[in-house]
Amino acid sequence: MREPLIFEKSRKGRRGCSLPACDVDKENLEKLIPKKYLRQGSLGLPEVSEPDVVRHFVRLSQQNMGVDTNFYSLGSCTMKYNPKVNEDIANLPGFTRIHPYQPQASVQGTLQLLYEMEKLLCEISGMDRISLQPAAGAHGELTSLMMIKAYYEDIKEHRDTVLVPDSAHGTNPASSHLCGFRTVVVKSNKDGGIDLEDLKGKMSERVAVLMLTIPNTLGLFERNILEVSRIIHDRGGFLYLDGANLNALLGIVKPSDLGIDIMHFNLHKTFSTPHGGGGPGSGPLGVKGKLAAYLPAPTVEKDKKGYYLDYDRARSIGKVRSFYGNIEVIIKAYCYLRFLGREGLKKVSQNAVLNANYLMSKLKRYFYLPYDQPCMHEFVLSGVEGKMKDVRTLDIAKRLLDFGFHPPTIYFPLIVKEALMIEPTETESKETLDAFVSSMIQIRKEIDDDPSLVKQAPHNLSIGRLDEVKAAKELKLRWKEKKSGD
Amino acid sequence: MIPYIPNTEKDQKEMLKEIGARSIEDLFDSIPRNLRLKTDLNLPSSLSEMELVNELKGLSRKNAHLDEYVSFLGAGSYDHFIPSLVDHLSSRSEFYTSYTPYQAEASQGMLQTTYEYQSLICKLFQMDVCNASLYEGATALVEAAVLAHNVNHRKKVLVAKTLHPEYRQVLTTYINKTLGLSIVEIDYENGVTDLAKLEEKINKETACVVIQNPNFFGCLEKVNEIEEITHQTDSLYIVSLDPISLGLVIPPGEYNADIAVGEGQALGGKLNFGGPYLGIFTSKKDFLRKIPGRIVGETTDKKGRRGFVLTLQTREQHIRRERATSNICTNQALNALRATIYLSTLGEEGLAKVAHLCLQKSHYAAKRIYQIPGFELTFRSPFFKEFAVKCPVSSHKINKLLWDNKILGGFELGRFYPELENSLLFSITEKRTREEIDKLTLFLEDMV
Amino acid sequence: MIEKTENRVYPKNLKYSETHEWVGVDKDTATVGITDFATKQLTDLVYVELPSMGAKVTKGSSFGVVESVKAVSDLHSPVSGTVVKVNEKLSREPEIITQDPYGKGWMIKIKIGDETELDTLMGSEEYEELVRKEKK
Repeated sequence: MREPLIFEKSRKGRRGCSLPACDVDKENLEKLIPKKYLRQGSLGLPEVSEPDVVRHFVRLSQQNMGVDTNFYSLGSCTMKYNPKVNEDIANLPGFTRIHPYQPQASVQGTLQLLYEMEKLLCEISGMDRISLQPAAGAHGELTSLMMIKAYYEDIKEHRDTVLVPDSAHGTNPASSHLCGFRTVVVKSNKDGGIDLEDLKGKMSERVAVLMLTIPNTLGLFERNILEVSRIIHDRGGFLYLDGANLNALLGIVKPSDLGIDIMHFNLHKTFSTPHGGGGPGSGPLGVKGKLAAYLPAPTVEKDKKGYYLDYDRARSIGKVRSFYGNIEVIIKAYCYLRFLGREGLKKVSQNAVLNANYLMSKLKRYFYLPYDQPCMHEFVLSGVEGKMKDVRTLDIAKRLLDFGFHPPTIYFPLIVKEALMIEPTETESKETLDAFVSSMIQIRKEIDDDPSLVKQAPHNLSIGRLDEVKAAKELKLRWKEKKSGD
Repeated sequence: MIPYIPNTEKDQKEMLKEIGARSIEDLFDSIPRNLRLKTDLNLPSSLSEMELVNELKGLSRKNAHLDEYVSFLGAGSYDHFIPSLVDHLSSRSEFYTSYTPYQAEASQGMLQTTYEYQSLICKLFQMDVCNASLYEGATALVEAAVLAHNVNHRKKVLVAKTLHPEYRQVLTTYINKTLGLSIVEIDYENGVTDLAKLEEKINKETACVVIQNPNFFGCLEKVNEIEEITHQTDSLYIVSLDPISLGLVIPPGEYNADIAVGEGQALGGKLNFGGPYLGIFTSKKDFLRKIPGRIVGETTDKKGRRGFVLTLQTREQHIRRERATSNICTNQALNALRATIYLSTLGEEGLAKVAHLCLQKSHYAAKRIYQIPGFELTFRSPFFKEFAVKCPVSSHKINKLLWDNKILGGFELGRFYPELENSLLFSITEKRTREEIDKLTLFLEDMV
Repeated sequence: MIEKTENRVYPKNLKYSETHEWVGVDKDTATVGITDFATKQLTDLVYVELPSMGAKVTKGSSFGVVESVKAVSDLHSPVSGTVVKVNEKLSREPEIITQDPYGKGWMIKIKIGDETELDTLMGSEEYEELVRKEKK
């Protein structure tokens, strides 16, 4: 059964909420506000009872796959388990019921947590300072590029170019453009790493920064990273790390040792905070040395009297959002780090890499693996090679849904045709991985025996395959009342 | 064993055997040995769940929170009533542990609620289109100004000084320092934008005029007059607003705003010391293909059943890359879900009632305060739920006294407006009772 | 059979660009659209954005975009000049481009600024060869 829209459940006169009567002397509305400033029509909101609302949203939740219900093999998204204790802690009134403008002396607990979180991320990454403010990875990228731009303006160097590999996340070139930089794409070599000759050719005194994802979006470590770093640094550029794939490196490698000058973290990937159906996330950024002066205001500092927000930063690029960051998300990530601690963090990456290699080893017998070498935390299969009988990667993904698996990331990275990017994370068991492999093998057989079964999938969900072309052409982007005669 | 990692030693051995590696260490062979850490990270030791809870509860107790203090503070972050349903339903882990709904068939719950969110906000704002949400109010406003510039390629942004000061700072960071557009601030008169000043500054170079309504001082701007002036030069009219106000204040669609944005935290969102919040973004349909962020659209499956998908994705970074309308990748889906549950629960009558309670109570409070000798209202323009009060003594001292008596006082306007030294901006939501307001006035009386 | 289809697919009286636009010349006016091969690459078109009348275009630069659900492609002008006519119908029914790429699916008419630019374009056989290579 499809669930109607909340508007379609509306019946005049129903109420979902009771509010107290007005306990002050009521004034005539138009005496308080001139009529021209007042709303004339209805609000257009539905009228539903409390149980109506509950059933509606509970039923909708049942039409949604989450990590708590299904294995989510989405590459580059690190869909690991979200510990429940972190939810409880972040929901303590001492954390949720505090106003961003209340006296700083009255929020010492949260300021201390932010201060310590910065220290933890510094130790993990080898960076000198961290700003916890960016609301997402892309926001961290943009903020970083603004800082780099401000730095070069200060030292009066005209650098207008950002280098990104052809395997990069789309946010990299988009952030670069938004900052007024020109994006130049660096090619990958046949092993999936940066093509050093191409990089040398494109590196110049016009280049501000090379944005790298390590391991890259093929799940491969950049073996020539020190050479890459030398090429960039020799000519005065910065090396940026898109931290989306940090789950492979915790306690294994420090980004600073790779020559990284500036980077962002994705707390909603690496550090287990829930993705929330697409947000909120949190994308702290870290910097080495001279860039620290440009961090957005405020930073969290500590002196004899306690912790405080420091706005007095002469070179800061300024504010990049209201208030101080996605605090609730940061609290959950802090809990995760404290829970795992020194002993646990490295095990995260070890098991993430083990799980990925195990899956890859099993699946490459049935699907084409374009970059056939040991992977880090994820790997990329291609859905085109072999006799796939017109079955596309999209079809494989939709068929996986029938088996109760959220499919891998598809059609990314762009350098692999019909890509299937698989990241199991460390929180899945061998049994789950084996079940996933069985389903993939089953689908591979179906492609040979009954391709239409795959091409028509999904069959077992509340809805069949949705028509995206129709959606893009008709563009129904909100509910409207049916007028009489419609 | 770590509870979040299921692999046992036996599992690991079997898996390594399948891979053909001798040890887990071997799996990292692609990383040059000299780059691998030789020692453990210098982090605190791991904690058990019990220890973690105890330690974090300890930290949370170092904060003084608003179940213990009565708050008269707003200024962009509001303590409104949140019905129980909001926490209960948004805590369904099928929702909060899901990813961006790229696989529509497995994400109908989140997609439909987001579609409902877009529909509810369009109704409330009376605007044509609404995206699936952005980070928070200030960056939503940045996106609006960037859109205006992309539409008309003009290079001057006029910003009302009555816009939230932090929003103005954020605009400066992106629009001025990064994009190189100029920002011109428009002064206020009696708490609202000075129309004469606006007319003086506006010209054919003006990309957009940015106002807030109700503005930072809580006052209602002359939205129709500003519209006329703005559109005379074909500049775009951008409004930032508090969605609660739309329970009774004229919505932006009715005064011909081109883009209307807002901080949606008040719609069932927690205070959370400032985040995560909810960036609402709406516009006229003319700009549909230029708006940032995700959008959900309605469609059908092969059997003709209604379903929902992300649509217009070609605007977005993962396809258009450097030419995307914005670099934004995530939205604040969970916060948008909270807003959707909130608006559904309150409904037509509930939201209007919340707005009316805010209005009546804030006017009651204002009346009580300006009756205290020495105190006066800083401005005499119509206001919604916030108002500024000029104090006869240091506003900081007043706040201190209030705090000592378990009251969180108003926002000290001198922090951002030197000319308003000793003015306090009070915010009165439906949660404040007559008794609490009377108590506040008693303490203020004590100050003179 | 295949031969015949190929002929229909790339009419001999048109010229072609490397970026898969076609040009039909009538005196000083060039009619521009995209080739059958291009429409097949793009699959289901959902949107097309064209310049307004009077707009100046230069050879090789973008004069608009076509979008399918998951892809967006620039339209590159094969010649320089001024846009004198725009096929408004396409914005409402972009599928016409796929159905009839060389007829009702034309996009813009350009008053040619520099006739010598036409010489750099390909004939149908040369273009067919290019397509054959790209298909590999």
